[in-house]
Amino acid sequence: MKRFVALCFAFAFFSVGSAFAEKAKAQNVPEIPFDTVPNLIKLPPNLYLGEAMGVATNSKGHFFVFTRSANTRLFEFDQNGNYVREIGEGNYGFEFAHSVRVDAEDNIWAVDEGTNMVIKFNPQGRVVMVIGHRPDAVAGMLPSNLGPAPPAAKYTLGRPTDVTWDAQGNIFVSDGYVNNRVVKYDKNGRFVTQVGSEKAGNGPEQMNLPHGIAADAKGNLYVADRSNHRLQVYDNDLKFKSSYENIGDSWTTCVSPGPHQYLFTSNSNPNGNGPGTWETSGEIYKMELDGTIVGKFGHAGKLAPGFQVVHMMDCRNPNEIYVAEIESWRVQKLLLKPQQAKVAAK
Amino acid sequence: MRMRGIEMKHFVQILPGLLLFAAIPVQAQAPDIAFDSNPYPLKFPETIILGEAAGVATNSKGDVFVYTRTGHPTISIGTSRPFAHGGSRLFEFDKTGKYVREIGRDSYSMLVAQQVRVDPQDNIWTVDQMSSMVIKWDPNGRIALLLGRKAESEVVPARPLDAPGRAGRGGGAPGAGAQSDLFQRPTDVAWDAAGNIYVADGYGSQDARIAKFDKVGKFVKSWGSRGSEKGQFNSIRGIAIDAQGNVYVADAGNKRIQVFDGDGNFKTQFGDIGSPSAICLTPGANQVLYSSNSNPPDDIDSGGEIYKLDLTGKVIGKFGRAGKQSKEFGTVNAIDCRRENELYVGEIGNWRVQKLTLHQ
Repeated sequence: MKRFVALCFAFAFFSVGSAFAEKAKAQNVPEIPFDTVPNLIKLPPNLYLGEAMGVATNSKGHFFVFTRSANTRLFEFDQNGNYVREIGEGNYGFEFAHSVRVDAEDNIWAVDEGTNMVIKFNPQGRVVMVIGHRPDAVAGMLPSNLGPAPPAAKYTLGRPTDVTWDAQGNIFVSDGYVNNRVVKYDKNGRFVTQVGSEKAGNGPEQMNLPHGIAADAKGNLYVADRSNHRLQVYDNDLKFKSSYENIGDSWTTCVSPGPHQYLFTSNSNPNGNGPGTWETSGEIYKMELDGTIVGKFGHAGKLAPGFQVVHMMDCRNPNEIYVAEIESWRVQKLLLKPQQAKVAAK
Repeated sequence: MRMRGIEMKHFVQILPGLLLFAAIPVQAQAPDIAFDSNPYPLKFPETIILGEAAGVATNSKGDVFVYTRTGHPTISIGTSRPFAHGGSRLFEFDKTGKYVREIGRDSYSMLVAQQVRVDPQDNIWTVDQMSSMVIKWDPNGRIALLLGRKAESEVVPARPLDAPGRAGRGGGAPGAGAQSDLFQRPTDVAWDAAGNIYVADGYGSQDARIAKFDKVGKFVKSWGSRGSEKGQFNSIRGIAIDAQGNVYVADAGNKRIQVFDGDGNFKTQFGDIGSPSAICLTPGANQVLYSSNSNPPDDIDSGGEIYKLDLTGKVIGKFGRAGKQSKEFGTVNAIDCRRENELYVGEIGNWRVQKLTLHQ
């Protein structure tokens, strides 16, 4: 049903878009100025990013981009944007990129919603663990299933969207477009528990398109509950803690490391760029973990430093944010100037 | 029954039942324009075979760009969703026809090439009918602006080509009349002097429109719908804008070219030139319009000629016919007329780009 709704959404949002975003956004939020690094990525000739779905840095400052080009591909760049290498070229789990994250040991985790797989690469780029199973192609091309999703199973993902970890190495997967749940696996990939199910809903322990996930140092989980226009907070056992509802649609989220952690969430502009959408969406919020909004930055637009459907952020350094954008096929590195933040004049 | 340069309003008022005038075989008794052809001006590397030359365009240096349907358009089996890859490529040649490079190799959106155009700043714009994307490449071959979004996946079994929302989430959604940059089978792109972008959209769809964007890609407005009245379209195949900012729309299914101002207000229309399937406006002070009455790919026994018109719609002359030989045309899909008497034509049916020299 959700996929049917998603299809309808494209028809509907032009006329009833305001009804979808009825939750009041925070007012008088200070605007954080920023610069974007021009021409960040230096690609070799004959290499192009497609839709930039995921971006993540490792501890050395290298960054990884998971992109939908003619094929889904994972690239590594150094801190200056120079091309380093391709990871996992042609592997069986790459079909339709959705997210990439780097864990505390610099392992690179790719989430693919075309094969329903989460793939862990070690820092050398070798596959060391996979979660999920690509459905066998032996059945051939199946008719598109627009009906309800089957019951969510422990080790079968339904178009998963994102992955994160707590300090113990437990793995949390936001899952996804078909299911509407967050699954907790232990560090060895064994199922522990879940919140939500295959069914969408707007109750405290339900979600409607959990689209991104991040953990804080205490192991709390922050889930971008995109189609519910909110950010959900769960504890380490996936029990409901809180809900932040004044930040527009939460497409993706990240939590910065260090003693004072910040939470970021993107109210990305919707696909299609209908009239008025650039005025009401596109900004990224910077928050305290308790939901207090510190400031916001960015706006919708085709050309940098505008944002064109931000799909993922990296905030290893809370003042140096990487954003991956779907509809500009671009990754930007933003240098924030939080000390200059101020509320825009009316 | 001459329709040449005539405002059709009166005709329609008098004979509303004859809206099928398009089926009446009236052709201008236009003088033939003598011409020569170089049927293979572009020298491809041995490993590349051109395929269907959907788009051809030159830049200010005379370099030639060809957007072509070649290789293997592929659907791969994902989970419950099939994904589309490949099938088209963009090549550059210098003015002598020497191969220079490929642009956008293995990029995300090159599925079914439809058109390529070069703007006054030598940016290269590609239009892809299946990914429903319009892409601006800077002269270095890097992406400068994207309009539209490729459908995430295809639907199995495929819906009819004219069904709304034919593709999956994120693309091809509402098609014509959409107040956005979601396209449904766009066919062509043009710009006015201010850099505003106009996209012909909705080919073969239940509806059709011209979509206007400002130069940074923000949606401004769209106009048009499916039909045969003024301001309505039936399979838009091309768009061109003159120095005054008038917008010429090749309304192929209605066998006419309609002219609008830059805000979409109807100005005039003209016919008697077959089905305008590829159009081109020359630059400079005395602009002329070329329009191809392209033959369908499955028939080389009728049509195929290209008309030369002034901007009032008066036919100056015509040349060529459908066929497979030199100086014959196989479903012309693109005309480049940067130089009035030296044209490049891209052919779907003959897998080639011809270079024509007209003798006036």
